[in-house]
Amino acid sequence: MFKCKTSAAVGGMGHSVKRKEDARFLHGKGNYVDDVKLPGQLTMVMVRSPYAYAKIKSINKEKALAIPGVLAVITGYDLKEFNLHWMPTLLSDTQMVLPTDTVMHQSQEVCAVIATDRYIAVDGAEAVEVDYEPMPAIVDPFKALDEDAPLLRPDKEGQKDNKIYHWERGDREKTDEVIANADVVVKERIHLPRIHVASIETCGCVASYDKDTEKLVVYLTTQAPHAIRTVVALVAGHVGLSEEKIRVIAPDIGGGFGGKVPVYPSYVVAIAATFLIGKPVKWIEDRSENLVNGFARDYHMDCELAATKDGKIQAFKVSTLADHGYTDSSANPSKYPTGMFSICTGSYDYEHAFAELDAVYTNKAPGGVAYRCSFRVTEAVHAIERMVDKLAAEIGKDPAQLRFENFIKKEQFPYASPLGWSYDSGDYKQTLEKAMDMIGYDKYKKEQAEKRAQGKLMGIGICTFTEVVGAGPSKDFDILGIAMFDSAEIRVHPTGKALARFGTKSQGQGHETTYAQILAEELGIPYTDIEIDEGDTDTAPYGLGTYASRSTPTAGAAAAIAARKLRDKGKKIAAHLLEVSEEDIEWEVGKYFVKGAPEKSKTIQDVAFAAYTNIPPGLEPGFEATHYYDPPNLTFPNGAYICVVEVDEETGAIDVKRFVAIDDCGNIINPMIVEGQVHGGLTQGIAPAMYEGIEYDDEGNVLNGTLMDYLVPTAVESPHWETGHTITPSPHHPLGAKGVAESPTVGAPPAIANAIIDALSPLGIKHLDIPITPAKVWEAIQAHKN
Amino acid sequence: MAKHTITMTINGEQVTAEVDSRLLLVHFIRENLDLTGTHIGCDTSNCGACTILLNGQSIKSCTYLAVRADGAEITTIEGLAADGTNHPLQKAFHDQHGLHCGFCTPGMILRSVDLLKNNPNPTEEEIRWGISGNLCRCTGYNNIVKSIQQAAKEMQNESESV
Repeated sequence: MFKCKTSAAVGGMGHSVKRKEDARFLHGKGNYVDDVKLPGQLTMVMVRSPYAYAKIKSINKEKALAIPGVLAVITGYDLKEFNLHWMPTLLSDTQMVLPTDTVMHQSQEVCAVIATDRYIAVDGAEAVEVDYEPMPAIVDPFKALDEDAPLLRPDKEGQKDNKIYHWERGDREKTDEVIANADVVVKERIHLPRIHVASIETCGCVASYDKDTEKLVVYLTTQAPHAIRTVVALVAGHVGLSEEKIRVIAPDIGGGFGGKVPVYPSYVVAIAATFLIGKPVKWIEDRSENLVNGFARDYHMDCELAATKDGKIQAFKVSTLADHGYTDSSANPSKYPTGMFSICTGSYDYEHAFAELDAVYTNKAPGGVAYRCSFRVTEAVHAIERMVDKLAAEIGKDPAQLRFENFIKKEQFPYASPLGWSYDSGDYKQTLEKAMDMIGYDKYKKEQAEKRAQGKLMGIGICTFTEVVGAGPSKDFDILGIAMFDSAEIRVHPTGKALARFGTKSQGQGHETTYAQILAEELGIPYTDIEIDEGDTDTAPYGLGTYASRSTPTAGAAAAIAARKLRDKGKKIAAHLLEVSEEDIEWEVGKYFVKGAPEKSKTIQDVAFAAYTNIPPGLEPGFEATHYYDPPNLTFPNGAYICVVEVDEETGAIDVKRFVAIDDCGNIINPMIVEGQVHGGLTQGIAPAMYEGIEYDDEGNVLNGTLMDYLVPTAVESPHWETGHTITPSPHHPLGAKGVAESPTVGAPPAIANAIIDALSPLGIKHLDIPITPAKVWEAIQAHKN
Repeated sequence: MAKHTITMTINGEQVTAEVDSRLLLVHFIRENLDLTGTHIGCDTSNCGACTILLNGQSIKSCTYLAVRADGAEITTIEGLAADGTNHPLQKAFHDQHGLHCGFCTPGMILRSVDLLKNNPNPTEEEIRWGISGNLCRCTGYNNIVKSIQQAAKEMQNESESV
């Protein structure tokens, strides 16, 4: 276990100190985007398409402009004058900012109404007359591949069908050969439905351009303020917006979960509007706009898992069809169009694997956000974990036993996975054993046998996942060419208090506390004496932001190394103060002392003061350090989750009786915060497993675009989560830490699905796609009875 | 648009204003009074981020017209405790890590005030049902439940010692 090196008062790593950021939120003093109010601020409301696919024959602004208080209606033609009606996506596709002639999905932005207040803007939006000519929409991604399917993107040069790209990794031939000759092969088509992050705060911005200073300030719900600044400079450079004149401020963010990484068209329109009108323009998305635009998942995965007759896994193959909507706006690293999907070989040791993916256009909203998941890891883990359970059922072996027999062993790390990752560390056996002990696995197996004898449906589901987080090493990972490093800048003031700034951006993760704890650990300055600042591109060092569980692996490491640079400088100052040579100085948390004479010492605060008041000759004054950390590898957190459910055969109702999550995220900075992150991620795991999924009708209408019918779990649906840890430090991270907050979102859905399907297995049911709702269970039960 | 003069007491202070008949109470609170601790997370009364206390009862201010609140006594998160102090629920949410991003927190706390007023010693199940009109996307609710349990205990001890 991890042993704290600092006192509770200093509050370094391993202390569950209370959060420093809480007070403002508890007293209603948070500052979210919608709380920003600038003098003369106007409001923007979007007119959106009622159709999934239609020609725009005309847009009549007149009635809207006649309403007192409506100042402008901006259409695609207005933006076209500045060549701003299209924008590039992060993956080199193109997306409309506002359309000139065609809308490609329901609720797409058609034009923008700018007014003096939001009520008048809504009146204006209702008064805009748009004449559409609807066309038959492609909703089913498999039909997008039909030879006679209409070409959705004729605007793209050389585009002959609706395919976006083909991606593959691994040895197809060898994998096929092993599968063809295996004793046992289990197959399944698994769909991970389109879902939405549904953070309680929607997206929004306040854009303010000052014609005198030529400065654009944008308050924005963004997880990656610097990247956005650069994107804006690249997209709008030709109209005179230069990067030093752009200031992006991410204020407090009401939940991000990946949904606040992309550049949404309305942001660009708001920027164009302030540029044109010269007054600040606020745009706040409403909930329906939020749920219907942007998405995560939507992978259809054909899986094949091959094994010997006694269950030794030999090969895994997965062929995926990905529905990207009308453009590929996935916020993925450039070289990884399918994100980290190739982690799909899982926690198991075998040689052969092949993964391929075809992405297609449909008449749905674009998105492909990495929803609380390090780029498609959720899809990958669901595939392998469902298939391992399917294999266990097929050969009649206990799913825990099957996993133990196939796990990568502790001594095999660093482990080269068949699809090219180098897993850094883990002790999968210990983690699963701990989960089984905690839940009482054997007891539940016995109870299940008894219940089955009585004809009752009870299931136990396991998921033992490996995540891949913390993008990432610059040789492989970039966004628009910008390497995915992250940064920390520390300023220790003369009185020994500090300010540290980061290139990341908290959205509830508690960075103001955990970063201060990292610095407390490294410098011995109490965490309460350290202010943390993020999110303002004019003040924070450049970084790629917070998503994909990268803050601790990248910026957290940067903080540790910047602090160590300071410690090195402090050593010189301490030697000067103690009148010994630098080689005679030793460090223990918070103080320097003379080797062999520990009573001769100077605290870090003494040294900081001297850095400004009594500087050794030849040394640069001040006590500041900056580090840009380029990680040598990703980190590979893992976990073992076990879920127990009971299913009512009459109604299909599912009761989650227990859920135990054991996570291994390496060394832990703040156990309270880590546990809180796991709780939250688990509820975002049960959500797609049992409740959430964006549904479309055949015409491309979204059927559940409000919180009345898109079922975000309440406290009633969310079980009482039970959590625990094993600790296998990352060998390459300066603190031995890994990311954690996405593990539960990744690990929970297959654990729950496996439990429900295990419960239904006596009826002959072998697979159900998530969300597994009572209605779906009931229908499956009826189908298998007849 | 018809205008109406309304008067109400917000966080102990009387305010009078002329408002449009269609103005929602949440917008009156946020835009006219600059009390931005009351949030908006949906437009269908599902999320509860806009929960306030109206005459001591928790309501969702996004589906309540400002004119309807004429004469009412309203408490928003800013007025729950005197400056620099905490209501037991605010203290408990901090102690139990009952908040992450903080966006649902004001509504969640004000709903809990009403819950504990009517049921000072709720079971876990009663708490879960009691806050089921308020969505939190961050915490998974475990620690919100613990926060409310802690506050319930502290408030009971306080009332016993009075």
